[in-house]
Amino acid sequence: MEFINTYLPYILAGISVGGQYALIAIGYTMVYGILRLINFAHGDIFMAAGFMMVYLSASMPLYISIPLVIILTVILGFLVERIAYRPLRTAPRMSIMISAIGVSYLLQNCAWYLTSGLPKQYPKIPWISASVSIGASTTTVVTLITPILTIVLIVALVLLIKHTKIGMAMRAVSRDFETSQCMGIKINSVIGITFIIGSFLAAIGSLLYFTNYSTVTPISGAMPGLKAFVAAVFGGIGSVPGAVVGAFLIGICENILKIKELDMTTFSDAFTFALLIIILIAKPTGLFGEKITDKV
Amino acid sequence: MPLLKISDLKVNYGAIEAVKGISFEVPEKSIVTLIGANGAGKSTTLRTIAGLVKPVSGTIEFKGEDITAKDPALIVSRGITLVPEGRKIFPDLTVLENLKIGAYLRKDNLDDDLNWIYDLFPRLKERTWQMGGTLSGGEQQMLAVARALMSRPKLMMMDEPSLGLAPMIVRDIFDIIREINRQGITILLIEQNANMALQTADIGYVLETGRITLTGSGKDLLTNEAVKAAYLGT
Repeated sequence: MEFINTYLPYILAGISVGGQYALIAIGYTMVYGILRLINFAHGDIFMAAGFMMVYLSASMPLYISIPLVIILTVILGFLVERIAYRPLRTAPRMSIMISAIGVSYLLQNCAWYLTSGLPKQYPKIPWISASVSIGASTTTVVTLITPILTIVLIVALVLLIKHTKIGMAMRAVSRDFETSQCMGIKINSVIGITFIIGSFLAAIGSLLYFTNYSTVTPISGAMPGLKAFVAAVFGGIGSVPGAVVGAFLIGICENILKIKELDMTTFSDAFTFALLIIILIAKPTGLFGEKITDKV
Repeated sequence: MPLLKISDLKVNYGAIEAVKGISFEVPEKSIVTLIGANGAGKSTTLRTIAGLVKPVSGTIEFKGEDITAKDPALIVSRGITLVPEGRKIFPDLTVLENLKIGAYLRKDNLDDDLNWIYDLFPRLKERTWQMGGTLSGGEQQMLAVARALMSRPKLMMMDEPSLGLAPMIVRDIFDIIREINRQGITILLIEQNANMALQTADIGYVLETGRITLTGSGKDLLTNEAVKAAYLGT
């Protein structure tokens, strides 16, 4: 019992942050699945969602600002695709990747401009910021609801991909642009929807993540974005379940390293990347990766 | 009025002039074939009609409507479908999903069409829940044809349907082509297997390095000395 009381908070925190990484990781993995593009701007869209919440909640009640943050983030994600990626659809993949890096810095610079680089206090969202005690340890409600909400959203997403017409189109487009076009599928709409879903989940992830971390800075998206990207690669990029499993594993592992007795907190970020290197040596396509990574 | 009318079509493939101003017609309910060697511009012609490639100049008219360089989805909705070279079925979609995706633009009930398809291709019925990628080459070609039919086309374009298939399967495929045509669907077929194609077609066009050099009924071309020497190996 003593053992559980000591370590449970770390495990819970790990599961919680894992869920938040998962919500971001899906955006990376789905976009990669369809465009074979690593969307470097995704972490910054997550950061932008954080700032939107800071500014909007200052002047509006939460029941308006939260949905508005989600909607605006979705619009931002869609516009990034429309403006920075779509014109490069037939360009070499490296060009789109450079465009993605450009968007990433553009979003960060805009955030610097708006905030002068000062960390902004993230608003307290009542109820989910509240403390709750489990046994002898205390944690916040957000820690407990994150994994539940994450799982619900992911199940919904998997059902969408497996059992709806648009999901079928997404699977077809991710396999073969040209044949999909021959079926009458509008590639650009399917890609647009993919970015909308990714940004929607990133917005939810940002609400949960920043509630836990309390401040937002222009580079707040970088580390969680990178971790989520690692989770996606770890799970096998292109695979939604892979990204989720990878995200939870990374979240839990890095929090176990924060256990006081281990005295390894400083290395928790480095550990993530060490884990990635080991996995990629053992299984280059990740846990659930397809065998053929190149597009036919 | 022909179902499909191509006038002075020019298409570039990268820096190469792949199609150098061809004109031909496809009458309603006919089987028309374009034959020619590799690189003659056959595939490019079909891909341009399907809207996948934009031509440099020339027009494509379908039932009197100009469909030149239109969106592929619009062209499918008008009733033109392409069975692509190499079948290109979706390997990680089930057979049923492959069929349904062929009817992507349709919003009506598909039950009658599925029954019709399963009558034409009983093998596909047995394999309904299998992944497309697990089918044999011949079955995949059947599925590619069936998928194209699910869009309820008026014109079905086929790019090398016999490629890489055993002679017996090729015969089955051509039987199916004739059957589909009997049911009122116009066929535009390109083939390297000129013998099979000309035996089946009402009209044949010979394409050489981007130009049409010979036209005639399938039978006439089969007995034409130049065609025999160049494409039939006799």
